[in-house]
Amino acid sequence: MIYREAGQYRTSYLDDGQTFPIRLDRWAHWLLIAVAVLVVPFIINDYWANAILLPFLIYAIAALGLNILTGYCGQVSLGTGGFMAVGAYACYKLMTSFPDISIAIHVVLAGLITAIVGILFGLPSLRIKGFYLAVATLAAQFFLVWLFNRVPWFYNYSASGQISAPERTIFGLPVTGPETSAAVTYLFCLAFVLASAWICRNLTRGALGRKWMAIRDMDIAAEIIGVNPLHAKLTAFGVSSFFVGIAGALFFSVYLGAVEVGEAFGINKSFLVLFMIIIGGLGSILGSFLGAAFMVLLPVFLKNVLTGGLGWPTDLAAHLEFMIVGGLIVFFLIVEPHGLAQLWRLLKEKLRLWPFPH
Amino acid sequence: MPDQVLFAIEVMLNGLMAGVLYALVALGFVLIFKASGIFNYAQGVMALFAALTLVGIMEGQVPFEHLINVVFGTEIHGFGWTVPALLAIILTMVVMVIFAWLVNKLVLRHLVNQEPIILFMATIGLAYFLEGLGDMMWGSDIKALDVGLPQGLNTWIDETTFNLFGYGFYIDNLDISAAIIAALLVAGLVVFSQYTKQGRALRAVADDHQAALSVGISLNYIWVLTWSIAGFVALVAGIMWGAKSGVQFSLSLIALKALPVLMLGGFTSIPGAIVGGLIIGVGEKLFEFLVGPLVGGATENWFAYVLALIFLVFRPQGLFGERLIERV
Repeated sequence: MIYREAGQYRTSYLDDGQTFPIRLDRWAHWLLIAVAVLVVPFIINDYWANAILLPFLIYAIAALGLNILTGYCGQVSLGTGGFMAVGAYACYKLMTSFPDISIAIHVVLAGLITAIVGILFGLPSLRIKGFYLAVATLAAQFFLVWLFNRVPWFYNYSASGQISAPERTIFGLPVTGPETSAAVTYLFCLAFVLASAWICRNLTRGALGRKWMAIRDMDIAAEIIGVNPLHAKLTAFGVSSFFVGIAGALFFSVYLGAVEVGEAFGINKSFLVLFMIIIGGLGSILGSFLGAAFMVLLPVFLKNVLTGGLGWPTDLAAHLEFMIVGGLIVFFLIVEPHGLAQLWRLLKEKLRLWPFPH
Repeated sequence: MPDQVLFAIEVMLNGLMAGVLYALVALGFVLIFKASGIFNYAQGVMALFAALTLVGIMEGQVPFEHLINVVFGTEIHGFGWTVPALLAIILTMVVMVIFAWLVNKLVLRHLVNQEPIILFMATIGLAYFLEGLGDMMWGSDIKALDVGLPQGLNTWIDETTFNLFGYGFYIDNLDISAAIIAALLVAGLVVFSQYTKQGRALRAVADDHQAALSVGISLNYIWVLTWSIAGFVALVAGIMWGAKSGVQFSLSLIALKALPVLMLGGFTSIPGAIVGGLIIGVGEKLFEFLVGPLVGGATENWFAYVLALIFLVFRPQGLFGERLIERV
C-alpha cells in the first residue's frame, strides 16, 4: 500500500541515476543513517559495542571489499584473512612510527598499503582463473600470516610476538587503547563504514563497476568488447584489498587492541568473510551488510540460546554451532543462491503490488 | 659422500613418504572433480570424520554420548566392547557410503546446474557441518588410532644404509606401509575404472555428463559411487594420518596441503595428483632443510602454495590437467 513508485516521476537524468529511485527507500535509508549516527551512540553500552556493533561494522567493511572482488569481478579470494593482517600490521607500524599523525589517516594509509599488496597477489589472476585462482589466493593467506609471525620487524621485536595498539585520540577522545568509550569507537567505525559503502556503491555503478561485472560474466567476451582485463582485475584486487585492509586495521586497533596474527587473521577469517558475502548476496552492497549482520549475530544468538538458555556445556554448543553454520550455508545455497539481498529484492517486488497482486 | 648430501637424501626420502600421503588426499579431490565437476573442499574433513568414526567404533563409543548425557541427564560411557580393526573399517566404510548417499540426496541433487563456485561454497558448508557432526558424535579430544600398522624406525634400511654410507637413514615403518597401501589403492582404482562396468560408467560420466545420461547411465548412482570411493580414499588417508599423529582436528587441515598438490598436478588428472604430491612432499622438506634455517623456519606452511603459484603462472592447467578451451 505504502511502498510504491506510482506517481513518482523522474524528470531529469540526475533523478534517473540516483541510488534509491523510490522515495520510501530513500527516506528509509536516511532514517537508518540518522538513527545510527544520532541515536545509537547515546544508548550504546560496552556489551553491545564489543559483542555486536563493532564486529558488525568492521566485518561489513571487509565484506564490502571482498564483495567487490568476488561478487562484482568474479575472482574468488580465500586470502581475506591475510589481507586483513596486512592492514592490521601496516596500521600498527604507522601508529608506532608516526605517533603524531591522526589515527584516521593511519587507517586509510594501511588500506592503501594493503591495496598494493593485494595487487601484487592479484597478478596471477591474469593467467589463472576459477578454482586455481581461489587456491592461489590461499598462498597469500599462508605466506602473509607466516611473514608477520616470523619477521620481528613487523611486531617491533616485542617478546610475545603480539602487536598491541597504543592509545590514539581523535578530537581529544581516545579511540584505541584501554581507555576508549563504546560510543566513540562505534562512531569512529561507523564513519568508515558509511564512507566505504558510499564509495563502493558509486564505484560499482560507474564505468569501473561495469567493467568488473563484464569480466565476471564472461571474461573473454568482455575482452572482445574492449574491457582491459589487466586493468579491470587489478583494480578490483586493489579496491577490494583497500577495504579489507581498512577492516583489518580497525579490527586490530579499535576492536581487539592486541592481536596474534595466526589466531586473529587465520584462514577461518577468510572463510567467515566469504560466508558473509554468500549468505548476504554476491554482487550486492546491501548483501554485504546483511551477511555481516547475520554471521555476527548467529553465534551470539546460538550462544545465548544453547549455553544461556538450555545450559549446555560450551564445547558441545560450539560443535552444534559449526553444524548449524555449515547447514545454513548449504541451505541458503539451495534455497536462494543469491543470498539475503535477493530475498529483500523479492520482498520489495511483492510489496510494490501488495495488496493487489494482479 | 659428505654428510650434508646424505642428510639431504634422507630429507628427500622422508619428503617422498609425506608426498604419498598428500597424493592420497589429492586423489579424493580429483575423483570427485572428474566425476561431477565439484571441487570438494570437505575432502579433508571427510578424512577426519572417517578416522573419528573408525576410532569411535573400535573403542565401542556410543555416538552422541556427550549430547545424550547432557540432554537426558544420563551417564552413558561407551558400549563396553571393542571391535576388531578390520570389522571397524568395514563398518566405517558403510557409514561413509551412507554419508555419500545423504550428501547426494540432500545437497547435490538440489544444486544441479548451479555455477561451480556455488557448489564449492556448498562443500565448504558441508565441511563445517561435518566437522561439527564428527566432534558431536565422537567427542573432540585427541584420540590414538592403532589398526596394527608397524611403527617406528625401519631397522633394515637403517642398517643397510649405515653399511653403505656410514650413516643410517631414519625412515618410519608407518611411512613405508603408507606408501605401499597408497600404491595398492591407486592400482586398485585403476583396475576398477578400467575393467569393471561401474568403472567404465564412471569414466563415461567424467568424460561427458550429457552423453553418459543419453546412453542410460544414472548420474545419481555414479555420484553416490564417486562420493563413496572418495569416502574410502578419505578413510585410508585418515587411517594413515591418524596413526601418524593421532586423530584430531588438525587432520582436516591436510585438505589445505592437498590443494597445492592439485594445482600442480591439474584438477582432472590422477597421475597428476600422485606426481604433484611427490613433488610437493620432497620440495617442501628440502626447502625447509636448505632455506628454512635462513628465514626462520616453518616454511612448510606456505612453500607448497608459492611453488604451485609460480608454476601455474607458466602452465595454468597444471602438469597433467586438460587444457581449457573457452569459447564466447
